[in-house]
Amino acid sequence: MNAPHIAGALTRRHFLKVGAAATGGLLLELSLPGAQAFAALDSGQPLAPNAFIRIARDGTVTLVMHKVEMGQGTYTSLPQLLAEELEVSLDSVRLEHAPPDNARYADPMLGAQITGGSTSIRSSWTPLREAGATARELLIRAAAKTWDADPAQLRARNGEVFHPTQRKSLRYGELVDIAATLPVPEKVALKDAKDFRLVGKPVKRLDGPGKVNGTAAFGLDTLRPGMKIASVAASPVFGGTLAGIDEAAALKVPGVRQVVKLENAVAVVADHTWAAKQGLAACAPRWHEGAHAGLDLAQVTSQLEQASLQPGAVAHRAGDAGAVLAGASRRVDAVYHSPFLAHATMEPVNCTVEVKNGEVDIWVGTQVPVIAQGVAAGVAGVATEKVRIHNHLLGGGFGRRLEVDFIAQAVAIAKQVRAPVKVVWSREEDVQHDMYRPYYVDRLSAALDDKGMPVAWTHRIAGSSIMARFFPPAFKDGVDPDAVDGAVELPYALPAMQVEFLRVEPPGIPTAFWRGVGPTRNGFVVEGFIDELAAAAGQDPVAYRRALIKDARARAVLDLAAQKASWDTPRPPRKGVRGGRGVALMHVFGSYIAQVAEVEVNDDGEVRVVRMTCAIDCGFAVNPDTVAAQMEGGIVFGLSAALWGEVKIANGRVQQSNFHDYRVMRMNDMPRIDVHVVPSAEAPGGAGEPGTSLAIPALANAVFAATGTRIRALPIGEQLQKA
Amino acid sequence: MTTINLNGRSVTVDMPDDTPLLWALRDGLEMTGTKFGCGIAMCGACTVHVDGQPTRSCVTPLSAVAGKRITTIESVGEARVGATVQAAWQKLDVVQCGYCQSGQIMSATALLASNPKPTDADIDAAMSGNVCRCATYVRIRAAIHDAAKSLA
Repeated sequence: MNAPHIAGALTRRHFLKVGAAATGGLLLELSLPGAQAFAALDSGQPLAPNAFIRIARDGTVTLVMHKVEMGQGTYTSLPQLLAEELEVSLDSVRLEHAPPDNARYADPMLGAQITGGSTSIRSSWTPLREAGATARELLIRAAAKTWDADPAQLRARNGEVFHPTQRKSLRYGELVDIAATLPVPEKVALKDAKDFRLVGKPVKRLDGPGKVNGTAAFGLDTLRPGMKIASVAASPVFGGTLAGIDEAAALKVPGVRQVVKLENAVAVVADHTWAAKQGLAACAPRWHEGAHAGLDLAQVTSQLEQASLQPGAVAHRAGDAGAVLAGASRRVDAVYHSPFLAHATMEPVNCTVEVKNGEVDIWVGTQVPVIAQGVAAGVAGVATEKVRIHNHLLGGGFGRRLEVDFIAQAVAIAKQVRAPVKVVWSREEDVQHDMYRPYYVDRLSAALDDKGMPVAWTHRIAGSSIMARFFPPAFKDGVDPDAVDGAVELPYALPAMQVEFLRVEPPGIPTAFWRGVGPTRNGFVVEGFIDELAAAAGQDPVAYRRALIKDARARAVLDLAAQKASWDTPRPPRKGVRGGRGVALMHVFGSYIAQVAEVEVNDDGEVRVVRMTCAIDCGFAVNPDTVAAQMEGGIVFGLSAALWGEVKIANGRVQQSNFHDYRVMRMNDMPRIDVHVVPSAEAPGGAGEPGTSLAIPALANAVFAATGTRIRALPIGEQLQKA
Repeated sequence: MTTINLNGRSVTVDMPDDTPLLWALRDGLEMTGTKFGCGIAMCGACTVHVDGQPTRSCVTPLSAVAGKRITTIESVGEARVGATVQAAWQKLDVVQCGYCQSGQIMSATALLASNPKPTDADIDAAMSGNVCRCATYVRIRAAIHDAAKSLA
């Protein structure tokens, strides 16, 4: 979900409108672009506002927006941007989920309604500050009008406009109605970074209190009068359909009210979850397994391996890499495998729906409210504006809540129930009916000169195109821009290079974005292969990369990570373990990042991650503490995947089901993690995903350093036990 | 009908005896601070205290807690240890998505109530049953140490 081409700056008339709020006070309507890949930016269209700032007569400031909070800290960092320029305290800004007012949100500009791709700060950095500055300027002019003073003489601070020499002041709330009648200033001055009081400071998260006392409301916490609970089982085989159930047995369970049959699933509706679960077990669904009943993972992998022998669509070409390789005296070839992965958000998939009088209310946590609305309207058979989405905090997103499969299912169930119904997937259902990070096969070759440096590089990626399904216009000429992101623009100078993509969809298995998307797999592959070249050249992995780097910011993070990880100081040997360090470097999501992993592998082939060192230059860090937190968490998300993450398919069924067989990092698995955020005045880059993208190759390269075994297939799992 | 002592009050729940405490809390009593994560005691999101002991409510039937003292996230801050843990969580900005944090805080509070000066190994032992997919573990560990200092 990272866009290779970021659109240029918007002109302000395209994203800002000012007027009086219906309830009195000042209203600013603005448009914050979503993930750039989807946004038709600066296309000359009239303003399609998706964020609103209300300053009420009592002085309260409300920021209403579609960007969702799924842990990444946007509900703190975006208000920081606004409060900074508006000259109010951070705690005076109230935040609201985009309201169920679909006249405003039914805009077809898909991009405006998505949270993903590490874009929230990048796309809001300028518009939110300009909106704050515009409101501030209007309030100053309103005071000037009231006092018949020169606005240039007046100042704003802490929710007031004051006259520095005449010692008088007016609160914003007293000025909003006049401000709403004034023309929008043509130009407003943004504050100089040296004058920032909030932006760039490690302010505390605004969502912290509710999340430590149990009051924070996630979708699963929805309670409605008369609400029923539905437990659901979908066909365990991809593409299978419901053949039959024992409805009477289900209805015998006390508390069970109804059984709802869908084409590919059954739902048991009850007064409470326990009854629904027992009812579901009692109804013992039987299935028509369909075309994929015999599908095994080996078929998927051999299909990909075969496909990857053929040329793909060219995503990037510089020089004639094929010719150089053909004439090379020394070449390195490798094939990498990346497995299917589940998201396993802590909050299992759920959605509460009430269908009543031709209207649909949906309580859910979603990254894509507009897509959800459209899909729900289609399933319910009502007009889009008859669907209200009540969005919630997300108990983890990671890409899972970019999808609306479960919302469509919940609406289909609710259509048949005469009450609000909360559809809750068990963890098993959540893991076995996820939409998976696709399996990919990557084929790479490089030609080396007599010093061991690469003179040609080819990389062919074979696998699913999520973009072709999710946003078809982005899939052009056979290339998925996300699947090649992190493979086409490397931080290294390579004289001849060709990157190809082959779209190969796995039979029946739904695929979706997963944290770090294209760069997470390309990081593993590209940084693994660069490490292979360094080894072939007999060179130190940091020195080899350094010699290839073409960008000072990339060099700076590599040097910083290496220094902080004591790269040049050998690890003291420890009895019973083989130790090693591995490095990885990327320029992704607009950020430069380097990581060093330090591992120990014992005689049983078990890997222990001892330490992770991360240096990130994400440009100007709006909240450096949030950036550090995203690195800490993103790294571990990647380590879980690298060590154990794998969804296997046998007989058309997912074999994993819960945290006992889809293992993730726990407290006792944790390495020491050191994050170094490089001070920078550059425009902000993304932070939500790159930590994950880098941790995987750093770890795999460290395993090679420790054991001499090159990790070309994930997860590492038990590979070293055979070695 | 099962009577429990919930957060200092006697409460009667009209649900079958074998209903897991988690669903009695969330569905029956509409107390949603305690979270559902896995249903098989593998993630710790549903952790509550039963007579002071950290307990996975998703596998604990009502019949097993009849007459017992149950504390949930809604009231854990009323006692000094819980309040100190919550304050440390905020001081170090532990949370991200926040979904697992009720369970994390219940486990951490139980640890500190029985062991005022936990070592890293003690923290590993007490906290490894609580999964956090945002992986806030670095800060959870630091916050437990911080709370221990405040309580000393």
